[in-house]
Amino acid sequence: MDHVSTIEATKAVVTLDVPLPGIIWGWMITLNMWAKSIGTGVILVGAFLLYRHKKEDMPNLRWLMPLISFIALNVFLLFTLLDLHQPLRMVNIFLHPHWTSAITVGAWMASLFTLLITIMALIGFFDAHPDARRHCSLANSCRKMSGFYEKVFPFVVFLAFPVTMYTAIIMAEASARELWTAPAEVVQMLLAAFMVGSASLILIAGKWSDKAKKDLATILALSVMFSFLMYMGEYFFSFKAAEVEATLAYIHSGGSYNLQFWSAMLLGYIIPFFIAWGSLKEYNQIMMKFAALTTLVGLYLAKSTWLEIPQMIPLS
Amino acid sequence: MKLGFLVDLNLCMGCKGCEIACKVENEVPLSSWRLRVKYIDIGTFPDTSRSFTPLRCNHCENAPCERICPVSALHYLDNGIVNIDSSRCIGCAGCMMACPYGAIYMDPESNTADKCTYCAHRIEGGLMPACVVACPVEANIFGDIEDNTSHISRYITEHQGNVQVRKPEKNTDPKHFYVGGGNQTLNPLAHERIEGYGLFNNITHLKTLGDPHHSILDRFLTPIFGGHNDHLKNESFVDMPNEAGLDSHEEGGHH
Repeated sequence: MDHVSTIEATKAVVTLDVPLPGIIWGWMITLNMWAKSIGTGVILVGAFLLYRHKKEDMPNLRWLMPLISFIALNVFLLFTLLDLHQPLRMVNIFLHPHWTSAITVGAWMASLFTLLITIMALIGFFDAHPDARRHCSLANSCRKMSGFYEKVFPFVVFLAFPVTMYTAIIMAEASARELWTAPAEVVQMLLAAFMVGSASLILIAGKWSDKAKKDLATILALSVMFSFLMYMGEYFFSFKAAEVEATLAYIHSGGSYNLQFWSAMLLGYIIPFFIAWGSLKEYNQIMMKFAALTTLVGLYLAKSTWLEIPQMIPLS
Repeated sequence: MKLGFLVDLNLCMGCKGCEIACKVENEVPLSSWRLRVKYIDIGTFPDTSRSFTPLRCNHCENAPCERICPVSALHYLDNGIVNIDSSRCIGCAGCMMACPYGAIYMDPESNTADKCTYCAHRIEGGLMPACVVACPVEANIFGDIEDNTSHISRYITEHQGNVQVRKPEKNTDPKHFYVGGGNQTLNPLAHERIEGYGLFNNITHLKTLGDPHHSILDRFLTPIFGGHNDHLKNESFVDMPNEAGLDSHEEGGHH
């Protein structure tokens, strides 16, 4: 027992206790947040582009934007459901809602958002492909409802903001984890949506006008920069509560979370920032697609790190 | 009426009678605890001391678990108990993330959240919680803290200045008090979990939450076709394989 001497006289050591729960919200919740950021981000960034540019500058945006959102939102909803220990009881959120819970409010908003996005995706797709399923009554009904797309779009954009941000309130309600505070997480969720929203649209922006593509590069550069600065501010420069300091020690002290966090910062923030910044002068399609992919990977790693480390410390 | 709990740590001798009584009374499954007694050693040999801290739900007046529960499975009773309705719980684990005291677990048999209810079923029948009855030194004191003549109220009055709650900075307004506690016993960050210092095993973290053999597909099928988790029932604990939910990786002690 030569390691006895390494314990300070003032330190206490747990000599008998039960095993502690480890990671409670794991990779499925990370995937949930990541996919939701894409689902709402493409709508927010798409709306900005439609405000700034003509539709002809972005010919495939009208149908691909809701389609990407639809796919991402379904990934988000699927993994939300799979993460429940009693998934069939998900219906209780609608039958017995508890409105102080951000989980409840979020589930209702996200369900409505997904419904509207589904309608927009169907209308957008069948409008863009007039020969597809010409004898299908659903397809023809969607084509007849074409005007509904533009009518509902402003409401969908409005709804995209709270759907993006409610996860931050859930994290704030998880008050046992002091690393997650509502002000910081709300901004980080919004920035994450702009990051992966622009990254996703960069992947489909091949035939868009140069001005629209440069706007995408601007949004990506600004969002990754501000998000990176927030992470650095939280990591290095704030005076922290003891629990937050203990949580961040899982990165400070090396090990797998250290590698994961700094890989996330490099892939999701530093690399895309310099590529996007460079593309503001001369847009480089290949490099921007590379930046978009690293952003998507980096954000997942960053979310995963920030979600898991507060769960490592003992609460009692 | 507002029911509260007080543990006099000066009296507790770490016999774990309360822990066992709770397990038996509430049929708490293996790898789960509503109440546990933690041993903490302070100092360096030969100047050492050992303290025993019973830990259970604090039945907070401003309970974060109740606030985050999306379906009101966690709810307040009129007597102040934070109760749980397992039949409504969806197993989102939001309450486990919200509880600052780590008092909620995922039941491996029902795959729903569960916790100490101050033995609400016994109280309804006019009985004391099982842990109170089992304590040989009467370190557990339970009663109505709004009644100035109750044992717990008088005990709190007599020990003014030495009555503490865990994590008061969380503003949860706990209704579980300690007499004779200190930073090293009540603050989980003030002590370390070092592998090799445990008395009986090296296990620091559970590997899974709920039933480790409960796959994602089972989560959908079990409520319809029935479960297959008999190996987790208390009566079969002798045959329980070690890998069924326990892990010995050391992740809690290097901060």
